[in-house]
Formats: sequence, structure tokens, C-alpha cells
Amino acid sequence: MKKIVLAVLLTALFAINTSFGAVPKDILVVGQIAEPKSLDPHAVTAVNDFRILMNAFDGLVRYEDGSLNVVPSLAVRWEIENDGKLYRFHLRDGVKFHDGTPFNAEAVKFNFDRMLIKDHPYADTGPFPLSFFFSAIKKTQVVDENTVEFVLDDPYAPLLSNLAYPTGLIVSPASVKQHKKEVGRNPVGTGPYMFEAWKSNQHVTLKKNPNYWDGAPTLNKVVFRPITDANTRVAEMLSGGIDLMVEVPPDNLTKFKQDSKYQVYEQAGPHLWFLILNLKEGPFSNKQVRQAINYAIDKESLVKNVLQGTATVASGPTPKAFSWAYNDKLSPYPYDPEKAKKMIKDAGYEGKDVTFYVTEGGSGMLDPVPMGSAIQADLAKVGLNVKIETYEWNTFLGKVNPGLEGKADMAEMAWMTNDPDTLPFLALRTQAWPDKGGFNSGYYSNPKVDDLLNAARKSSDKNERARLYKEMQEIVYDDAPWAFIANWKQNAVSIAGLKSFSLQPSFLLLLQKAHK
Amino acid sequence: MLVYILKRSLLLIPVMLGISLVVFVIMALIPGDPALAILGAYATPENIADINQRLGLDKSMPEQYLNWIGNLLNGDFGRSYHLNRPVSDEILERLFPTLLLAGVSLLLCIVFGILIGLFSAIRQYQWPDQILTLFSLIGISTPSFWLGLMLVLFFSVKWQLLPASGMYSIYGDEGWLDLLEHIVMPALTLALVATGVVSRMTRTNMLESLRQDYIRTARAKGIRESKVIYRHALKNALVNIIPVLGLQAGFVLGGAVYIETVFQWPGIGRMLVQAITTRDILLVQGGVVVVAFIYVLINLLTDILQQSIDPRIRL
Repeated sequence: MKKIVLAVLLTALFAINTSFGAVPKDILVVGQIAEPKSLDPHAVTAVNDFRILMNAFDGLVRYEDGSLNVVPSLAVRWEIENDGKLYRFHLRDGVKFHDGTPFNAEAVKFNFDRMLIKDHPYADTGPFPLSFFFSAIKKTQVVDENTVEFVLDDPYAPLLSNLAYPTGLIVSPASVKQHKKEVGRNPVGTGPYMFEAWKSNQHVTLKKNPNYWDGAPTLNKVVFRPITDANTRVAEMLSGGIDLMVEVPPDNLTKFKQDSKYQVYEQAGPHLWFLILNLKEGPFSNKQVRQAINYAIDKESLVKNVLQGTATVASGPTPKAFSWAYNDKLSPYPYDPEKAKKMIKDAGYEGKDVTFYVTEGGSGMLDPVPMGSAIQADLAKVGLNVKIETYEWNTFLGKVNPGLEGKADMAEMAWMTNDPDTLPFLALRTQAWPDKGGFNSGYYSNPKVDDLLNAARKSSDKNERARLYKEMQEIVYDDAPWAFIANWKQNAVSIAGLKSFSLQPSFLLLLQKAHK
Repeated sequence: MLVYILKRSLLLIPVMLGISLVVFVIMALIPGDPALAILGAYATPENIADINQRLGLDKSMPEQYLNWIGNLLNGDFGRSYHLNRPVSDEILERLFPTLLLAGVSLLLCIVFGILIGLFSAIRQYQWPDQILTLFSLIGISTPSFWLGLMLVLFFSVKWQLLPASGMYSIYGDEGWLDLLEHIVMPALTLALVATGVVSRMTRTNMLESLRQDYIRTARAKGIRESKVIYRHALKNALVNIIPVLGLQAGFVLGGAVYIETVFQWPGIGRMLVQAITTRDILLVQGGVVVVAFIYVLINLLTDILQQSIDPRIRL
């Protein structure tokens, strides 16, 4: 009897399931890696949150489709005057926020003042951790309804790239005034989709903005689901619960590639995975040993076997994705353990102990533990005795960011940036040593590199900047303050029916034109 | 009885205070501070100092604890700095899914655990007992996260019968059928181990009761066998089974942490896991205090229930 009841119940349960598995055609469901922190673009730092924000908000400028070149968005054109100390933006006419209030010069001023002025009436709606992207802006002034000017202390060439970054997205001032601290849960922008709902740990839903200035989207809704567990995310993709997922584990990527029901996307981005070497003490104070490390690590094998093709080998401090500033004369240090062994022996460091900080995870860190072990094995072959210390990401940052002196000889690190200036400026200059508030945790110092980076930041001529960055790369390549390992290719998988979608080198997810 | 309840309830106060202190100290001791978690790679000393000041983390530890506990007594759990919203809002939103999942699992484990245990005890050493014992032991020994993944692999990925994760279909009507579809796998997974434990305990205690003299007397008096089992044996066995049920409630609440992660159930367990990785101190503290309170409350109820069945129990 009991068995019959059970059988009936199970049959009934499965029978009601006929509709399960198919997402309606006008809705796109995206599998995200985590719950967003907030939907206030100025308050967040994670790419995961940016993926939602870029579809609900616009900035003054944006990255061109398929590149990292800056093109007009809410601003139709701009002038840079006074030796790069004045930026004048002419705004698009007639654009309205989703709440119906007008987008104008006052709105732009409100956005930047809220982030940058400490006693602004709405400064307490923060904190705004990335506001330093715009710290060069001394004053924002309204010229007329559709013209706004940024006045800078010093010339700051990365400003345009930073404005295209999600931290530069423009929020409706009315929404900030109405919702105050809760504005992160009530986002109002000008973007192709409008905010509809946010259910904690279930979904964020955006709906079509029929009046979008750049053409209304075809999809009626986009649903972002936070699925933190990678296995569950893959299971949802395979069972039809989501249409598109990002950051597919390498193990599963091959499987998706072989199945015609899915499309796989890959796009190299402005990401660098490297080892910070401690130049202050120990073996890596010797340039020869640092170069030897670069020869000793089998990067091809790391990329192919550990990362299973989800990255390419890095050839210097600047990722290839910054095509205009990338020095294509540099090629990766070749794998040459014999040469490395000899160099280490000649320098007198054979058999020395090396402490290596490895993280368990962390943004952009790829597969840090297996990568750390593989590197350890490679270095053992050339006569270095590597001791790994593994830490959880936040603890790891707490150890690495204050500098490696007295603690470790090398540490894993990865950065994802939006301008060729960012990483070297924050992590390679003498002025960026940890005690001066930078991220140069290995204490690299080369006056020539400092000069080149300072000059590049001041120049508003793109060709001149490119020349300076390329020269910087050659010097850093030779000095080898880091072991240059890999540039990550962002990946995504979608159902085969998804159209007009591609990944962007900026790692941002743009869904305005996507449809099923 | 009333005095017992009152005395027992008063004990909650030191227990809760102790819990709050322990949680606070643990959160203070784990390395990696919240400012780092917020800023990630951009954590310069200035940015960290700025954020710490905004969050009140630059004050001394005792001061921070007293502030927190003082606000807590006024019903103010503080603000989650990672989610940038009041902790109480987040907890309230997450509490129902967890209680629902834990409640359904607990119900399943009580009903099936006692039934299986009872059946096994009556048929001791016969083949149904042996089969049920085997299943109970498998249940106790199966790691539930693994079972969860296997269920997803077969029922969602292979046969596409049940949704792999979540609580409702995102484009559905959020009706109870929708909920039922989503809760089946997590609830079964969570209930399995507890069912095994309850059935084993029930079996042992029933066997014990059935051997007592008063059972023999009852049978000798000619009372119907069903009445002997349910009224005489089970009622006495329950005195020992109820505390186990209380423990299972704790187990189910604790197990929710990883089951919620595997099935992306929007409950308090997953919230805690995430809050710990982002060093969202106030959210962790608030969440743990609420879960601990529920657990302590369940224990109180078990004790009261036990006392009402067996009046010999005194405090």
C-alpha cells in the first residue's frame, strides 16, 4: 500500500513537470558566480556586479564593441584642453533616467560630487571604494544644460578609460535622494534595461527599457541568478535552468565545446597572472635569478594542462588586450630549465629555500593551488627548494599587500585592469612601495620606469603614451621583477540559440542586442 | 510545570550572552579584515583606514562588542557592509526558506525515522529489520553534499525531472507546486542522515521498552498488541527519543549550511557562508545569534515536552 502511494506521488510530481526546463524565449537567464553586493555602480568593485550594472546604466563614454577603445555614450563628444587639465563633455540631448527625470549636466555633477566630496549631503550613501579612479578631478562644473567640465589638478591620461569603467556609470540623482542608503537596492540609470526586482540570493531581474536612446533591446527580461557553486552552475546549464553562464570551470569547457546544444565563447582580456618576487632580500635580489625563474617555469604546460587552455602565456607586464599599448616585439621567456639551472648555480643560489605565498582562491586568481604546485615542481628541477604557504584570499591579501619583506620570497598575484596605466603605476613604481600606499609588494625600483610611467600618465597623446608604455615593457621584461605567467581568457557558455552576443575584452557583459 | 518552564527559560539569557561573546571573538580572531574584502586588490592603507573609520572598526574590541550587544538588545542588528542593507532585513528574508527546508526535513526524519525504527523493533532480526537496518546505516554514513550532487546529476541533468537549484522558478508564479518541485531534493538530502539516526534510536529504545515487565504484564492482561506497542512501549521509548529529535533539529539547521550551498537554497546557511568569506562581521554575528536562538529554543521545547511526558524530570 505504502509503495503504491509513493509511486502515485512521484508520478504526480513528475507529471506536473512538463513545463520545466524551458526558459521563455523573451527572457534570458544568466548564471552569475555570486550575489551582487549592491547595484549602486559607485559602491561596488566586483566584475560580477559590473555584469548587471553595465546593462542598466550608461557612462559618459564606453568601450567600443570588441576593443578597449573609448567611444561616446551619454556624452556625444568631448574636448581636452589646458594641457590635459580640463575635460569638457557635450552631453546627449533628451536622454531620461528610468524614473523619468532628465539626464543633464547637473546629474553628472551630482554623481561625481557624491563620490569625491567628503561632506557632500549624500556622501554617506557610500563608501565608494573605487572613487580614487577619479581623484584627479578637482572640480566638476556645469557649463549649461548639456555641457559639463572636469577640472584636474594634474594631467591624468587614464581618465577617459576610467570613465568607461563601471565606476563611471551615471546614477539618477533623484533615486539617490529618494532611497538614500538603500539606493543600491533601487538602481535607476539610463541603460537598455530597467531594474525590476532583486530577491536575495534568488535573482536580480531587469526588464526592457522601451525608450532606450541607442535602440530598445529585443529581450523583454534578463534574469541574473547567483549560483556560487561551480558544479551547481554547470548542472543548471545542462538541465536548462540558465541560458548563459560565465566563468565556466576548465574541466567542463571541453564538454560544452563538444555538444552542439551549446555555444562556447572565449575572449582574452586585460588580465595578468604573475608572481611577485621579493627584490629586497634572498635569491630574487639578484636579477639573474629572477630571469632564471622566468626561464624555469613551463608556462605553456601551465596554460595547457593546469588551466586547460583557458589562458594564454604572458609575455610581459602589459596584457595583449591593450593592443595599442602592447609591445609586440616581446615574446614570452622560453622554457629552458637547463639555462635556468646554470644561471641559478652561477649566482650561487643552488639548493636555497624559497618561501612561496599561494592563495586558495580570489578574483582573477584562476586555479591558484594547482598552479602553485606546478611552479614548485618546475623550480625544484632547477635547484630551488620551494616551500608553499597557502592562505585564504583575504588573509593572503593581508599578508601580500603590506610587502613581502621578512616573510616570503614570492607570491602569486593577478590583476584585471581597464587601462595600461593602472597595474604598472600601482605596482611597479618606486613611489608605489607598500609603505607609500601602493601595491609594489616586491620593492621593484627603476628610475627609468618611474619616469616613463609618470610621463605616460601626463601625456594626452595616445601615440606618445603607447611609445612610453612599450619602452617601459622592455625594461620591466629584462629586469624581471615578476615572473610573467598567463593572461586569462574569459569564457562563457550559452544555449546554441543565443544570438548577437559576444564577450568583450573589458570582461564586461553587454546584453543590449542579445536575443534568443 | 510552570516553574520548570520559567526556570528553564531564564537559563536562556546566560546561554545567549555566551554565544554572542563567542561569535564576536571568533569573528575578531579570523585573519583578514572587512576593508580588505571590500576593496580587494585596491586595498591601499588610506582606503582601508577610510573604510574602517566609516564602519566603526577603528574602535577597541570591547567597545565594538558593547556597541553591538547594546544595539542588539534594542533590536538593531546593524548594517551589513557587504550587502549595504540592514542585517535584520537580510536575516528576515533568509529565515523563512531555512525554517521551511529544515522543518520539512525534520518532519520527514521524524515520521520516517520513527516508523522505520518501530517496524524494525517489532520485526527484530527478521528480514525486514535487516534490510531497514542496512538502509539506516547507509543513510547515516552517506555524506549529504555528495548525495545532493548525485541527486542533481540524475534527476536534473540526466533525466531533467526536477530543477537543479533554487527555491522557485524565476519566471514562475511561485505557487506551492513550484516550491514542492524545488524542495524535494534538498529536503530528502538533508533528512537522510537524520532519519537514519532517529530510526536507530527508535529501534533501540523500543526494543528496550518491549523487554520491560509492564509490557509482559500488559500482554498477559490480554491488551491488543497494537495498543501495547503504541500506548505502552512507544510512549516510554519516546522519553529517550525526544532529546534525539531535538539534536536532529540542530543537525538539520547546521546541515542546511552546505545543503543550501549545493542547491542554492536562498536560506540563512548560504548567507552565512558568503558573509564569512567576505568578512561581513555584523551579518555573521547576527545570523549566528538568530540560528543559535532558534536552536536553543528548540532545545527548550524538547525539554518541556520531555518533562510533560515524564514528570520525574526536574531541573
